[in-house]
Amino acid sequence: MKALRNYLDKIKPNFEEGGKLHAFHSLFDGLETFAFVPRTTGRVGSVNIHDAIDSKRIMSFVVIALMPALLFGMYNVGYQNALAAGKLAEATCLGMFWYGALAVLPKIIVSYVVGLGIEFVVAQWKKEEIQEGFLVSGILIPMIVPVTTPLWVLAIAVAFSVILAKEIFGGTGMNIFNPALITRAFLFFSYPSVMTGDSTVWVSQQSILGFGFTAPEAYTAATPLGLSAGEGFAGFDCQTITNAITGLIPGSIGETSVIAIALGAILLLWTGVASWKTMLSVFVGGGLMGWLLQTLGLTEIEWWQHFVLGGFAFGAVFMATDPVTSARTECGKYVYGLLIGVVAVMVRILNPGYPEGMMLAILLMNLFAPLIDYCVVERNIAMRAKRAIKK
Amino acid sequence: MTKVIKLRKGLDVNLKGKPAEEIAQVKCPGEYALVPDDFTGMKPKVVVREGDEVLVGDALFVDKLHPEVKFTSPVSGVVSLVERGDRRKLLSVRVKCDDKQNAREFNVKQDVKALLLESGLFGFFRSRPYDVVANPEDKPKAIFVSAFNSMPLSQNFEFVLKGQEREFQAGISALAKLCKVHLGVSAKQTSKALLEAKDCEVTVFDGPAPAGNVGVQINHVSPINKGEVVWTLGAEEVIFVGRLMLTGKVDFTRTVALAGSEVKAPCYCKMKVGQQLTTLLEGQIKETDHHVRVINGNVMTGLKTTKDGFLGAHKTEVNVIPEGDDNAEMLGWIMPRFNEFSTSRSYCSWLFGRKKEYTLDARIKGGERRMIMSGEYDRVFPMNIFAGYLIKAIITGDIDRQEALGIYEVAPEDFAIAEFVDSSKLELQRIVREGLDILRKENE
Repeated sequence: MKALRNYLDKIKPNFEEGGKLHAFHSLFDGLETFAFVPRTTGRVGSVNIHDAIDSKRIMSFVVIALMPALLFGMYNVGYQNALAAGKLAEATCLGMFWYGALAVLPKIIVSYVVGLGIEFVVAQWKKEEIQEGFLVSGILIPMIVPVTTPLWVLAIAVAFSVILAKEIFGGTGMNIFNPALITRAFLFFSYPSVMTGDSTVWVSQQSILGFGFTAPEAYTAATPLGLSAGEGFAGFDCQTITNAITGLIPGSIGETSVIAIALGAILLLWTGVASWKTMLSVFVGGGLMGWLLQTLGLTEIEWWQHFVLGGFAFGAVFMATDPVTSARTECGKYVYGLLIGVVAVMVRILNPGYPEGMMLAILLMNLFAPLIDYCVVERNIAMRAKRAIKK
Repeated sequence: MTKVIKLRKGLDVNLKGKPAEEIAQVKCPGEYALVPDDFTGMKPKVVVREGDEVLVGDALFVDKLHPEVKFTSPVSGVVSLVERGDRRKLLSVRVKCDDKQNAREFNVKQDVKALLLESGLFGFFRSRPYDVVANPEDKPKAIFVSAFNSMPLSQNFEFVLKGQEREFQAGISALAKLCKVHLGVSAKQTSKALLEAKDCEVTVFDGPAPAGNVGVQINHVSPINKGEVVWTLGAEEVIFVGRLMLTGKVDFTRTVALAGSEVKAPCYCKMKVGQQLTTLLEGQIKETDHHVRVINGNVMTGLKTTKDGFLGAHKTEVNVIPEGDDNAEMLGWIMPRFNEFSTSRSYCSWLFGRKKEYTLDARIKGGERRMIMSGEYDRVFPMNIFAGYLIKAIITGDIDRQEALGIYEVAPEDFAIAEFVDSSKLELQRIVREGLDILRKENE
């Protein structure tokens, strides 16, 4: 440990202003602050002690919270593959997981390499420290796309969202839209065949490095939500719902298992990284809207079934609660979450074109979050103005 | 019946090295300094020369814009140095004290305000908006005094008050001649001199830090509207006023808390305003190979200084903590870090309860980021103000919005706890100070 510290201290001057490796100073800073807690101490005139929390810790805990969903997602990719090949009986648990890991890892690598690469360049250019925000976006992105997404398409989408949704607004903390969802929206509208197309995208059907199976041709597997938008749909049976809760259904890599997502949600709520107000109100909003539409006879889906299908739970836990793009006032969080739930279910049921509405609902409410906050803050301002007149 | 106000928001940090309630003797260091920067917002004009003899209570410098506001010597002796920095900025006026300690006599029968101005005590008054030295021409709606400091490692005013109850009451009564006086008392305090103080309205505050901040108390008792002015005065400075009223002489002796994890035996010491810290700290700092930070004032709001610094005019503590810049801690973003304190449950401090005492060093423990998390400040900011939005308005320089969001009610110290918990590591106190300075310039 000490040797590493001494070594870093020795090479540090090279990366400082005037050093021969100055062009890589943000890379060095990034690695140094990753390895050691920064040694900078408070300046004169600022507080002398600090809470140990920092954005690295917060982002790390979000990534940890995502792990159950990611690992289960890998397993599910293998499971769906075996199911498609009709060889479920032959497949082993570990074999299915390895297959899924091999299918998912390249996406994670592409997402991090492209996204972090852009972040490093921008940080270098703006002479800033590397921001940790992309650590979370970088793992979220592979989890919300279908497993068959081509890597080059993913790379373009990541670059698009990091540059246009984040960096031009000023980087982490300044963005209006959730970068991971912008990536998905970009894929959704620019490469529709990759995202929905016919129902072949949700299941990986080729064997990889000898793992997994090659499915017989023309295997199609629609997601339960996709089925519900079809004609002649008469409600889900018990088995589909059980599978949706455990996560053994086709879908985006990380979104399928409600149980794995719930594990992440517990960690996020316990550590206070995500706001329980936002999370709870998304479910309340979705439930209310689902119940209303069911009562009106517009859908066969029970109100609570929305929570376990598609990306609803994943969006509510990991996307809606993004502190930067969600409402920042405490009252605003209730309104923001509630409207996400309402709009998501509304899009699901009333718009036959899109069986899934979570992405669009969250992006729409990202846009409205500042307006919600504006109303809350304005009430405080009005109170103060009134007080001044009354005296 | 005294009004009790319960505050839920805030944070008490349990730090190691709380002062024991006993008074230790400190040798006279020989040199004292009055530092103009301690009196925020004032332009100093020196009225003595090096070599002049001064008595206790003789003016050393005055405010250029209001020459009647005098800043007077805490000791008698010879002016040894008029220290100037870049562009001849006055840094301090130093006095070598003699052993006679002759004090100037003031006529206590005269008008209270004139007496306070003449004796240099008016310089200790601060006014809100802006948290600067009060302007004697203002007509304040009230004077607020907080009788307790809720910050960690702070002075226990009830202990300081013992034996000085008469002076305290005399001070309050003198202030009441200027305008209405509000006294904020902690729910933990039992002293009769506080709870049954005459000539003032007593309000009890029950809650964690920063409940002892006078700004928080103003916000709950009588919030400042645009165009209004409120004066504030430290509780110990009320005793200064009382001493003057009773004896006709000024005596700037404080009972200072010497506290912090790096102090051998944390205790209280009698010190005068501007006293050099050398003799106070001699033999008192633990022997260690690591760097230590001496703080002129409280660990939350005080200024980093050196062992030969001078006690700040408004400071009631001297805290000593580890600096921490020689600490090589690995992988802080994932380690459990049992010895670190955090309000976040991603660390373990919630496991140990409130009894565990922490030794925190001066590291920022992270990199400065934009505001990412929401609601962090509001959790520890017990005022009816959106702290995060106010900070954003100050950063963007939007003066109308700052006014609308209530900048007139705040002082930098009110943001100290918010700055402590901030995961984006923004320097909130500095941001607020700069914002207030700009606003004041614009409005004048």
